Amino acid sequence: MIQAEGLTHYYGPYPAIQDVNFGVRKGEILGFLGPNGAGKTTTMRIITGFMPPTRGTVTLDGFDVVEQSLDARRRVGYLPETVPLYTDMSVNGYLKYMGTLRGMPPKDIKARLGDVIDVCRLGDYRKTQIGKLSKGFRQRVGIAQAIIHQPQVLVLDEPTIGIDPIQVVETRRLIKDLGSEQTVVLSSHILPEVSMLCDRVLIINEGRIVAEDTPKNLAEGLQGVDRLEVEVGGPAAEVLPVLRAISGVNEVNHINQDGRHTYIIQAQSGQDLRDAISQEIVSNGWSLRGLQMVGMSLEEIFLRLTTHEEL
Amino acid sequence: MRTAQAVAWKEIQIYFSSPTAYIVGLIFLALTGFFFTQDLGDPFPEATLVPFFNGAIVMFILLAPALTMRLLAEESKLGTIELLLTSPVRDWEIIVGKYVASLTFFLVLVALSFFYAILLFVYADPDPGPIYAGYLGFILYGAAALAVGLLTSTMTNNQIVSAVVAMGILLALFFADRAFGSVSGKAGEIIGEIGVRGHFDDFSRGVIDTSNIVYFISVAVFFLFLSMRTLESRRWR
Repeated sequence: MIQAEGLTHYYGPYPAIQDVNFGVRKGEILGFLGPNGAGKTTTMRIITGFMPPTRGTVTLDGFDVVEQSLDARRRVGYLPETVPLYTDMSVNGYLKYMGTLRGMPPKDIKARLGDVIDVCRLGDYRKTQIGKLSKGFRQRVGIAQAIIHQPQVLVLDEPTIGIDPIQVVETRRLIKDLGSEQTVVLSSHILPEVSMLCDRVLIINEGRIVAEDTPKNLAEGLQGVDRLEVEVGGPAAEVLPVLRAISGVNEVNHINQDGRHTYIIQAQSGQDLRDAISQEIVSNGWSLRGLQMVGMSLEEIFLRLTTHEEL
Repeated sequence: MRTAQAVAWKEIQIYFSSPTAYIVGLIFLALTGFFFTQDLGDPFPEATLVPFFNGAIVMFILLAPALTMRLLAEESKLGTIELLLTSPVRDWEIIVGKYVASLTFFLVLVALSFFYAILLFVYADPDPGPIYAGYLGFILYGAAALAVGLLTSTMTNNQIVSAVVAMGILLALFFADRAFGSVSGKAGEIIGEIGVRGHFDDFSRGVIDTSNIVYFISVAVFFLFLSMRTLESRRWR
């Protein structure tokens, strides 16, 4: 549905994104994950035809966003990061106007308006002036305008930013529902959100894609560096050198939590050291109080990919 | 085309519900009323709208930018420009829609000022030629001034900046004929021709000269064209 090739965009001499390639299948929910300033918004603005890339191409349903901009734009619903609303219009009036701008005939708008209002649960606020709505409701109006023309592609830039937790849950449910019919591209810097909503995640940092996979595979793929968490009853000064001496151990970190001594052991990749470690501890006469494999959370993966230092 | 209509209709509704437009209307009618009555106190008053027209075009150096400053600057400020430019709407449809809206509000003001002409026709026996021609000239001038204001509104997200720059351009156009004397040769003549006043005075004398009509329409089209290009260039920044 969306095909981006070699996207590069410069703001003056500064590259915002460099050589970004990705594809989104029909009906897929793709998440852009990255810290602020990574190039998420830039990428989304290019997809939606707001601005052309310095280099590279994007096609939506086969239409180039620059060359066949109007055809491409007809297929997109877009919610920018700062929800763009005419604050002195009513919810109804605003949605009708946006429908008209998207080229909908008046009778289609009339037929669709009720559905959109229901889906976004704006029923009681149809005639309310947008300026008087709370942030969460404004967000819903923003989503409503993005879906009124039933676009094939929905682009949502930070859709849950700045709204309260209950509304966040509702908004996520709404996005999930929409994603069953439409192709959705969303950006976020909230990891659980992305892993919950998205079929696939692109991690973007400093304008480049650093990882691309399903949230599950991303987590598993990076767990190759096996990590074990071991709790040992014994003097740390003695335990530490023994653990470090076990062959296959790369690194050991000691954590003393109120007298509970825990060691995070980083094994060389692919090696299962659980047996060796437990034998070593027992044979030294210490007690083995706990031993478990620790996977990396998406947070850690994210940090690992987006910061240059090793964890 | 339907989208241009939608843009225009939305802007017209905003004009008629916004204080700015009413303040502009109030100032326009109050001051032109003053200009109109000023000469009536003479022992032998002349049944003419010339003082009204001369006052009105000077006032529109200030009022036209006040009407147009919001049009695109606010869209940039609110971020709604992002929706406008990602909707399947052509750039010219946005510009034309906004322009038509400001022109409509301007024409309503002009229509309200017909009151002065009606008074003259009822209580005196004015020469109708200069009145009709004067109104034609005033409408053409307004159309050009609004196009200038629309351009500056397209260039910035700050309404004040838009208004001040537009006033600057309109002032320059108004006083351009003054430069006629100080610049010699062909350049001076060209600058003189760019001036608004030379072209407007013919109208208020009752002369409808095609070259003057062409002048005002050219100014309007030129600034609308620049507005379109400026809007387009936003995409490349």
